[in-house]
Amino acid sequence: MAQTQMQITLDELKHLVSDRAIEGETMLLNMGPQHPSTHGVLRLLLELDGERVVNCIPDIGFLHTGIEKNMEAKSYEKALVMTDRIDYLNNLGNNLCFCLAIEKLVDLDVPPRAQTIRVILTELQRIASHLVFLGTHALDTGAMSVFLYCFREREIILDIFEMCSGARMMTSYFRPGGLWRDIPVGFEDAVSDFLSVFPERIDQYEALLSKNPIYLDRTKNIGTISAEDALRWGVTGPNLRASGVDFDLRKAHPYSGYELYEFDVPIGVNGDVYDRYFVRILEFRQSLRIIQQALDNLPEGPTRSNNRKFVPPPRSEIGTSMEALIHHFKLWTEGFPAPKGAVYMAIESSRGMLGCYLESDGSNKPHRVHFQTPSFNILQAMPLMAKGHLVADIVAIISSLDPLLGDVDR
Amino acid sequence: MKQAKKAAALLRKKLENGVLAVEEFRGQSTIVLNRDVIVEACQILRDDSDLDFNILAALTAVDYWPEEPRFAVVYQLYSIANNTFIGLRVPLRGTSPEVSTVETVYPNANWREREVYDMFGISFTGHSDLRRILMPFNWEGHPLRKDYPLGEEEIQFSFNYDEIDRRKPYARE
Repeated sequence: MAQTQMQITLDELKHLVSDRAIEGETMLLNMGPQHPSTHGVLRLLLELDGERVVNCIPDIGFLHTGIEKNMEAKSYEKALVMTDRIDYLNNLGNNLCFCLAIEKLVDLDVPPRAQTIRVILTELQRIASHLVFLGTHALDTGAMSVFLYCFREREIILDIFEMCSGARMMTSYFRPGGLWRDIPVGFEDAVSDFLSVFPERIDQYEALLSKNPIYLDRTKNIGTISAEDALRWGVTGPNLRASGVDFDLRKAHPYSGYELYEFDVPIGVNGDVYDRYFVRILEFRQSLRIIQQALDNLPEGPTRSNNRKFVPPPRSEIGTSMEALIHHFKLWTEGFPAPKGAVYMAIESSRGMLGCYLESDGSNKPHRVHFQTPSFNILQAMPLMAKGHLVADIVAIISSLDPLLGDVDR
Repeated sequence: MKQAKKAAALLRKKLENGVLAVEEFRGQSTIVLNRDVIVEACQILRDDSDLDFNILAALTAVDYWPEEPRFAVVYQLYSIANNTFIGLRVPLRGTSPEVSTVETVYPNANWREREVYDMFGISFTGHSDLRRILMPFNWEGHPLRKDYPLGEEEIQFSFNYDEIDRRKPYARE
């Protein structure tokens, strides 16, 4: 193998570590990228003084898959499939963000039934994503059983997704102008069943962790970030709210009809690992409230816009209408052209503010798609929280921030 | 919308020729700025007590190859107090594109600018740590440029590394 491939000189990193590391007083330790507690492929370069972290330098890019570049070569509806793969625990959230951007770009309406189903499913997705957070976080702080319970409940939600879209994770269920198809028979019952069992399960998780002295020792006053710092570093979502900032895009900048639902935005006080855990526990209950309201008020009607310039006609129309056949053919071969311009749409994903910058040059493919992902900012701010703590705390801090490397690297 | 108009008026007053245009599309405003004033503009928008754009929501770039000016660096600022987004856009020429870093105003621009540097080859003057971030440190070319080919790559193993390397289609600048 060529020598240049493997060479990394200390010179290049000199400005990132303290002088003591150069003299050999402190130790440089490589953590990851293959490490079970880094939640993907995150590499950290740690500068240690004994067991205290002096400096922490995240190194990312191991999961870069060129999604943005790939999307530029696909028509809008085909590019949607790529969004599933960005934040692979928040697939429907990504679908929603991209759909909203397209709908804004081409000025497309979404029927109320589709909007309500979108809300139900994205909130279920938020719960599923927080369940993975809770399970892995508990595992990293030494509680094995929570992990198993969380994945048991997550499976119920994934079954609901499978009912709707045929896929457990890579759903691509939301399409520009509405949904791929209407929800199947039995969907409402399945969601109701979940709503009836889940509150009790949250109590069980809390019984295992919230007052557990070992857990409290590992999490209280660890990895604190102040509200001011969090804002300066662009941290959003539950991690920002744990620091005491009341900011949720679902309230501040409602989309998909979130203004119709009644829910609270839980906020923390200290911004430490424990608060980040507790904010998410409280969010479980708020998501359940939203789902319940949406399910009670689920309107009847179509689930996809009737605008045939952007939305393919249903199968039943193709047999009888020449025009429908033409639209079907046009939309599935070349897609639809979008007017020239650029839009920016942001939603509150389970990790924070997920933004989509979409620019069109007037053709049937996006000229530029950029996903501004919450985990990227979270990891960037991580060194602030890590400094001065023990190596074992680094594991707790990473898992409490809930970064997803697919979300970081895209 | 109102806030965006106010912001544009304020920038026009303070920066004079720095503001090139104000664009409106689907109810979203974008202020096109000269590249010399971007740091000042961010500073004004953040520190003005009325506008208070305290979060840098997104920072990215767009390539218009083969047109000129070839690149545009796009900023999205957000104000929590007023719930408003505003877009800033800085057009850059294709030969050695350069713009000042806004890291001093919004610290989280650090990684975002590294990403733009990595993907587009736009350099940010005054940046504290301008290295590649997503691609390997010895990568050649900038993947998100429009003249960079999109295609698969042969997988290199240790026994055929050099052989494949010789015929590999790198985007050599």
